[in-house]
Amino acid sequence: MALIIRKYCAIRDARISVDGKAVFSYEGQDGFKKFIRAAYKHYQTDYPKFFKMDNLSKLGFFSVEVLLKGEDILKLHPAEKTGIILTNASSSLEIDEKHFESIKDRGHYFPSPSNFVYTLPNIMAGEAAIRHKIKGENTVLISEHFDPELVFCLVELAFKSKLLSSCICGWVEQYENNYESLLFLVEKDKNNSAEDIIFEPSNLTNIYKLEQKDGRINTKA
Amino acid sequence: MEELIQKLKEEIIEVLNLEEMEPGEIDPDAPLFGEGLGLDSIDALELIVLLEKNYGIKIEDPKDGRKIFFSLRTMAEYITEHQK
Repeated sequence: MALIIRKYCAIRDARISVDGKAVFSYEGQDGFKKFIRAAYKHYQTDYPKFFKMDNLSKLGFFSVEVLLKGEDILKLHPAEKTGIILTNASSSLEIDEKHFESIKDRGHYFPSPSNFVYTLPNIMAGEAAIRHKIKGENTVLISEHFDPELVFCLVELAFKSKLLSSCICGWVEQYENNYESLLFLVEKDKNNSAEDIIFEPSNLTNIYKLEQKDGRINTKA
Repeated sequence: MEELIQKLKEEIIEVLNLEEMEPGEIDPDAPLFGEGLGLDSIDALELIVLLEKNYGIKIEDPKDGRKIFFSLRTMAEYITEHQK
C-alpha cells in the first residue's frame, strides 16, 4: 500500500509556502508574534481562541490551517481515521519557562492558569484537532531535528494498523523567534497517478532540502 | 471608581490576551462571561489570580466569583470594598 503526499506547507522566516509555492510573506522584522498575527488576519481566520494559545500552539494550529485551507478532509475520511502526528525539538519549552518564572518565588507565587494549560506540546495538536473536528491518532514526539525516518515510521505504522486513512504530519518547532514548520497531508494512493509524491523518507528529505534552498526552512540537523 | 475600571480594562486585556480589543470597546456593565466578552473557565481562574496578585484580594469562597466577576463594575466595586 503506497501512501502519497497530497499537499504540504512550510512556514519560516515570516513566509508561508504551499506545495513549494510562496503564498504569504510578512515584511516586518519584528518577530514571531507580529508575523503570525499578520498571517492570521491575511487568511481571515476566525477563531478567537487563537489569541489565547501559546506560540507553539499558534504555529502548529496555523500550519494545519494553511494545509487544510480549501480542503474538506472529513468529507473524504472519517474523523476517527484522520490523525495528527507531529514532531518538534523544543517541546513547549518557551511557555514552560514562563510558567516556571511565575512559580519559582514562593513568596510571589502566582501561576497563570492560561500559561499552565499550554505546558504540554500535545496541546498544539489538540487545538488543531478541535478546530477541524479531527478525532483520530493525535501525537507529538520530540526529536532533535526534523527526522524524515521517524515521521515516516510513525505514520506508516498508523496506516498499517488501520488506525488512519489520512494524516497530517511533520515538524513544528518554535522557541522564541526561531520557528519553522513543515507539514504534510498524507493519504492512501487511490489514483496511482505519476504526479503523486510518494510518502517516503527520501521525498520528505528532498522537500525539506528544497524548502531550505528556497530559504523557507533552515538546517537544524 | 472610573479610574479603577479603566485600569482593570487594561489589565484584563493583557492577562486574558484579548489582543483584538481596545479598552474603550469594553462595556463596564456588560457580562464578562457567556455573552459580553465571552470569557471561559480558564479566564475565570486568571481573574482570580489577577485579584490576588495585583490587589492582594483572595477569594475564599469560589461561589462568590459569579457575583464578583459579573462585570467590570462589580469587580471594581469588590476591589474598592475589600482592598486593604
